[in-house]
Amino acid sequence: MADAITLTYNVTKDDFTRAGEASADVKQKLKQMGVSPEAVRKVSIAMYEGEINMVIHAYGGKITVTISPDKIRMVLADSGPGIEDIEKAMQPGYSTAPEEIRNLGFGAGMGLPNMKKYTDSMHIETKIGVGTTITMEVNL
Amino acid sequence: MTIKDAMNVLGARCVVGEENLDQEVRSACGSDMMSDVLAYSKDHSILLTGLCNPQVVRTAEMLDIVCLIFVRGKKPDETILKMAGERGLVVLETGHRMFSACGMLYEAGLNGGKI
Repeated sequence: MADAITLTYNVTKDDFTRAGEASADVKQKLKQMGVSPEAVRKVSIAMYEGEINMVIHAYGGKITVTISPDKIRMVLADSGPGIEDIEKAMQPGYSTAPEEIRNLGFGAGMGLPNMKKYTDSMHIETKIGVGTTITMEVNL
Repeated sequence: MTIKDAMNVLGARCVVGEENLDQEVRSACGSDMMSDVLAYSKDHSILLTGLCNPQVVRTAEMLDIVCLIFVRGKKPDETILKMAGERGLVVLETGHRMFSACGMLYEAGLNGGKI
């Protein structure tokens, strides 16, 4: 697609204060582009949950957002530890987050379910010890 | 009601965003779990929470929430206040506990928003 715009962000492990910066940036850019508020909201929430996951569960990673005329695609790639049981991880309320993460207001077991709920398609590729890549799309 | 009305109902203190107190607010949500707020909040203008960290501000930012109310006498630190200020949010503090604060606002006319 000729007029697709690509944005990339590096997400740092354990940098909880800065978690969400990439999502906030995308949100602002989409707003400026005049994307519908509903789509902006869906992308913001799904990407923010994914970004938080990368900070608390994974060892950081990279987010690539591609904005095309018909859809917004987010690819969140991290370098481990991988998701052991995707089916369980998709259940609302299921969480493997340690107590300290719960104390920070996350780890309610809503991350992946939220990402699915707010996107039109979601695909998870994961390998234990290697990493997880989540691809999500929101149609415009 | 306006944020100022909500502030008066709770006898709350405004620590950031005094210039934005006249904004209209219709619905609110209360939670210490940000993932739950992200999951269930649709059109809320106010978030009541006892959680004190920067992700409260981020969550508000993602959901277009305009006012944060810290309950149970929680005092957000400088980082949180600065982030909130930069985003034009109003930050209130109240000594009331979550249940009471929500109840008082509900009684005063705020609702829980769409499901």
